[in-house]
Amino acid sequence: MKMKLKGTITALAVTLALVGILAACSQENSGPSSSGTVTLNAAGATFPYPIYSKWFSEYQKLHPNVAINYQSIGSGGGIRQLHAGTVDFGASDMPVKDDMLQQMNLHVVQFPTVLGAVVPSYNLPGIDEPLKFTPAALAGIYLGKITKWNAPEIQKNNPGVKLPAKDITVVHRSDGSGTTFVWTDYLSKVSPEWKSKVGSNTSIQWPVGLGGKGNEGVAGIVKQTPYSIGYVELIYALQNKMPYGLVQNASGNFVKASLETAEDAAAGAASEMTNDVRVSITNPPGKNAYPICSFTYLLIPVQIPDATKRDAIKDFLHWMLTDGQGMVESLDYAQLPDAVKRIDVEHISLIS
Amino acid sequence: MSTIPVSTEAQIPPRLLAPRGGLSSFLQRLRSGDEIAHLITLAFAAATVLITVLLVYELWIHSALPRQRFGWRFLVTSTWDPVFENFGALPFIFGTLVTSAVSLVLALPLGVGAAIFLAELAPPRVSQRLAFVIELLAAVPSVILGLLGIFLLVPFLRSEVEPFLKATLGFLPLFQGQIYGIGLLAASVILTIMIIPFIISISREVLLAVPVDQREAALALGATRWEATWRVVVPYAKTGIYGSIFLALARALGETMAVTMVIGNDPRISSSLFAPGYTIAAVIANEFTEATGNLYLQSLVELGLVLFLVTIIINAVARVLIVVTTRRGTGRP
Repeated sequence: MKMKLKGTITALAVTLALVGILAACSQENSGPSSSGTVTLNAAGATFPYPIYSKWFSEYQKLHPNVAINYQSIGSGGGIRQLHAGTVDFGASDMPVKDDMLQQMNLHVVQFPTVLGAVVPSYNLPGIDEPLKFTPAALAGIYLGKITKWNAPEIQKNNPGVKLPAKDITVVHRSDGSGTTFVWTDYLSKVSPEWKSKVGSNTSIQWPVGLGGKGNEGVAGIVKQTPYSIGYVELIYALQNKMPYGLVQNASGNFVKASLETAEDAAAGAASEMTNDVRVSITNPPGKNAYPICSFTYLLIPVQIPDATKRDAIKDFLHWMLTDGQGMVESLDYAQLPDAVKRIDVEHISLIS
Repeated sequence: MSTIPVSTEAQIPPRLLAPRGGLSSFLQRLRSGDEIAHLITLAFAAATVLITVLLVYELWIHSALPRQRFGWRFLVTSTWDPVFENFGALPFIFGTLVTSAVSLVLALPLGVGAAIFLAELAPPRVSQRLAFVIELLAAVPSVILGLLGIFLLVPFLRSEVEPFLKATLGFLPLFQGQIYGIGLLAASVILTIMIIPFIISISREVLLAVPVDQREAALALGATRWEATWRVVVPYAKTGIYGSIFLALARALGETMAVTMVIGNDPRISSSLFAPGYTIAAVIANEFTEATGNLYLQSLVELGLVLFLVTIIINAVARVLIVVTTRRGTGRP
């Protein structure tokens, strides 16, 4: 009798558990939210995550019925999720090229949203003055050709500084990243050897160096390792008070990265953007332009069947290009040049 | 005298009879609860096997492109070039095996020695309290150990340990080359810290489980305390100790976060422990989210498949080793 009861109870318990799990699962997959609220899902780049976060929350304060949920899983992840249809729009630090669009069967309009810059940060004990780097010096260091700090290519541009005769420890990103893309895009433009040997991408085969995960990883290794050099986002260097060097631009001037010099770099870009927004703005002409900058892009599908979602996205884009741009500088991002904003506004009408 | 035929079957409750097959008897057994427990536990075991099979299946299916493109060359190529789309697993296999092997070499004497101390030589109360603390160490998350690695271990290695090794043992290619602090040695030491608690706690349990008569017999024959421990008790517990080693090795092979923070993430094969390296788990964690392009992504999945194979091979070797060495000397016939 006892065993019979136990058996029945066990059977009941297992059945109830299974039913409960199935019910919970089916609830999660259930359809759209309550009427009136529009929920948009987006995913992608990590570099603009702070400003996107701020924009989406500010926008929701103005339009309480629109909730935008952004996951910074990386540019590659954003593109893949867009392809899989799990997100309404994506974000990428690197402009998506045609062959990738074809491979993923994506039809998107790419919107530059903010500007970022990448700086060379270093750790030289006892040297307080910011160092000046030429394109040849940076390319040589990262190719592994220049191995000591007191090499002539570096020393001749820093006459007042006594550089030590120590080995340079090169640091780069181990994870795929838009920062790497900007850095390698710049090196590909200024060094034919780099372009043929290594190339540019979010993730590459580095000739030399230690890999750190994320801006924090690179910064951590550079801070810990004397006589090392690594590249980080300008925002990261500013907020963590890291020393970084000046880079010589195409006009021959040594420029320190800042919001102003980044905006200078983007100023000339608008004219090229009328044909294709996917313009690289590294090593631009311009007296005060900082040579290692790039836009980050939102990827909006050309066709959005759901009318409420489409209107919400278009309205957000308008807001982002007007009021939204005013918020970027407080987070150390650079605004888009006016000409680029105009092009973006024109492109909003391409979404149907 | 009349014999009243008494059917033996009628006196025995139906559920205790030998099963005769057929639906009715199955339903009878079901009501008794035993069969349900049997079925439920069978389902759990089957689910575990199913998960493993599904895992291998998914890894296989999603690595089709590089298997087609590269074939077996994938296992012996040294390049990992996302730009020119040329991928090879060799540096990662090297890094994984080297860090795991070195960490095992470091952890084994420490772990087994500590277990012997705790099981045989320490007073029981001390032994229990120390065992508790050691098990706490096993619970420390991987990322925390990685942080400790970057901020404490790496500077220590760079300024004290590695120069010392270079000065004294620098004639060996293992200890030559530029000193960064970060590298294969740092990763191996972190892995040692992670796997020692496993070795200690399991070996200690196994040593404590050795029957007292074995010890007493050895001592009665005139062995010293140490001789009894080393020559009688430890060999008796050999199988369990091997089991703990292979459990520790399994953890070392798969460790991701702590390793990627201190290994330098450079897919390079070098003869020096001071050089940076890369492991399979680390490269997958680093590059998976941003991997654009199908060949790139699927090559990372194929790396996962390779790690799975490496683990299977090591487990197979472990089983053979255990079978071969426990045929003699455990006191069991």
